[in-house]
Amino acid sequence: MSSELLNKITISIVEGRPDETVDLTRQALVDGLEPLTIIDEGLTVGMNIVGDKFQTCEYYLPHLIIAASGMKQAMEILEPELQSRQQEAESAGVVVIGSVAGDIHEIGKSLVGTMMSASGFQVHDLGVDVPTEVFIAKVKETGADILGLSALLTTTMTVQRQVIRELEEAGIRDQVKVVIGGAPISQEWANTIGADGYAEDAVGSVELAKQLVV
Amino acid sequence: MRPKLNLLSDALVEQIIAEGFELLMNPGVRVHNAEALKLLADAGAKVDFETQIAHIPESVARRALETRPSEFHLYNLDGEQVVHYGGDRVQFDPGSAAITVLDSETQEQRQPLTADFVKFVKLVETIPQLDAQSTALVCVDVPDEIGDLYRLYLALNFMRKPIITGAFRKDTWWTMKDMLVAMVGSEKALAEKPIAVFDVCPSPPLLWSDLTCQNMIDSARYGIPSELVSMPLAGATSPVTLAAAVVQHTAECLSGVTICQLAHEGAPIVWGGSPAAFDMREGTTPMGAVGTWMIDCAYTQIGKALGMPTHAYLGMTDAKVVDAQCGLESSGGALMAALAGVNMVSGAGMMDFESCQSYEKLVIDAEIIGMSKRLIRGIEARDNPIALTLMQELGHRADYLAQPHTLKWFDKELYLPSAVIDRGSLDAWKKKGAKTAWERAQDRVEELLATYQPAPISDELRAELRDITTHAAQKFGMDELPPLPLD
Repeated sequence: MSSELLNKITISIVEGRPDETVDLTRQALVDGLEPLTIIDEGLTVGMNIVGDKFQTCEYYLPHLIIAASGMKQAMEILEPELQSRQQEAESAGVVVIGSVAGDIHEIGKSLVGTMMSASGFQVHDLGVDVPTEVFIAKVKETGADILGLSALLTTTMTVQRQVIRELEEAGIRDQVKVVIGGAPISQEWANTIGADGYAEDAVGSVELAKQLVV
Repeated sequence: MRPKLNLLSDALVEQIIAEGFELLMNPGVRVHNAEALKLLADAGAKVDFETQIAHIPESVARRALETRPSEFHLYNLDGEQVVHYGGDRVQFDPGSAAITVLDSETQEQRQPLTADFVKFVKLVETIPQLDAQSTALVCVDVPDEIGDLYRLYLALNFMRKPIITGAFRKDTWWTMKDMLVAMVGSEKALAEKPIAVFDVCPSPPLLWSDLTCQNMIDSARYGIPSELVSMPLAGATSPVTLAAAVVQHTAECLSGVTICQLAHEGAPIVWGGSPAAFDMREGTTPMGAVGTWMIDCAYTQIGKALGMPTHAYLGMTDAKVVDAQCGLESSGGALMAALAGVNMVSGAGMMDFESCQSYEKLVIDAEIIGMSKRLIRGIEARDNPIALTLMQELGHRADYLAQPHTLKWFDKELYLPSAVIDRGSLDAWKKKGAKTAWERAQDRVEELLATYQPAPISDELRAELRDITTHAAQKFGMDELPPLPLD
């Protein structure tokens, strides 16, 4: 019975029905399933399938987002349950992400944040036009494993370099991996400014983050 | 609203049709076929049997326009109605009867063999944007005399989609008809649910050769659809002005419809062609010229005005390699054809005028076709109000990617291309090997071929087709056919 319910949760994620994911998650708790089991054997399995389908070009961005939304809503139900059991969902790592100062572009950054969140990272999304000192403060506060810096403009991509320099000045550059993204960004630029990584798209960024926190 | 291209004013349409009828009378139509001449004479045309010229009164041609069907369907080998000739339905099939194939490795043209055409048929089956097969390659590993029927034999062994074909001789038509009958069980079944169309090509100006005329008459009698392929060459075999080339096309097609209907009232026949605007420097027949596209679209408008199903040879290139010229010419022609509402657009995969077929071009053309079909679906409101509810709910948040509305509509509103079309960033493109369109097309061909599902044909039927074909081959000195490349 329980495996059937977990399978339904997986399918609701894969087929993009967040409301159903929420209902099934509640049902699973009522049936006495452990929150960690629901996450590991239901939700995460679904997200992995969605990621695979995206990479084989069967799925497109809206599929990714709706699946992540189902995952997120289910997690909102499961978090209090985990806390009451003094358990934690296995965190893949802590991520601070935002678009750099002067850059108001949101879509790509949010997509990466959503996908990382759905992949088990604890994501702190600072939004857009984030002052450099706010990034630094948040990294210190959360002990972040990864700092994601987004820039869509050639005029704001240099701010990514600036953030890295200020991390160095603050003496915490070696405590956090800096990953960068955005339309004009390339691996070459990542090398130039001393970033730890660059990914092509949201799915790629999850892979990159997983590699960097190992 | 569906976008529609009309190149001719109503007045011009009327005048072109009027002049077309006039040409049927004076100078008349050359008909090098005894049976057709007799049919025309019996119907009231003034026929000079010596010079083989028929002067056809407008009333005779008008009568034919009353008995021809304004629409008909083609069926696939599962018996499903999949192609609709008539109205503004737009469908695509590969260019037909190429004498070379572009080698995937060397990118050079070479003579096609059995395995090449079988690969081509399989590829066409897997391309969703293509609505029909065509007998696209003429294989050189059989005698020339059976070049036409051998293509059909190969295609029938591997296809499900209906096929656009044609005969190169009078006698081979009968063999091809026998094959089609074998496929569907009886002559009656073939007439009721046709799976093939025969192209019939008048020679410009105003000539019906014995061969093509007989093919049309025989097809009409068996209820097999014919597709007129009239090909005025503006400035060489027809007047150079585009409107005048269309007048000539009109007269040739009117004479074709007339002979067809006299042979068998109600026989399905298509108003089609493959005209070209003669190249005044090279002396060639460019299929990628804007003048060519315009003649095609204009005669389509004439055909529609006369209530005929339509066809055109468009979406081809004169380029010899898959390059920028290839892409721009193929796109221009295919888009124009879609906008003009041509029922069957033949030409996908074809290059170097009408002489070469390329697998790689075919999968690139599939994307052009996908985009063209999307274009003519036009823009719809989809929701009412169109945007108000959604935009007032979201306010100024740029959060549409996460909306169920987006998931619901994106794949209906947007054409989603295959990886043949590169839309990644520079880095993403480099990471995938910095491949050109040609290389991505090579990958796509392999990817698609791997998905081919064998045709629903029994061993008995295969054997019957082989017997029919072998019998024809033996008349021309080939005792045994090349082996069928079956997996």
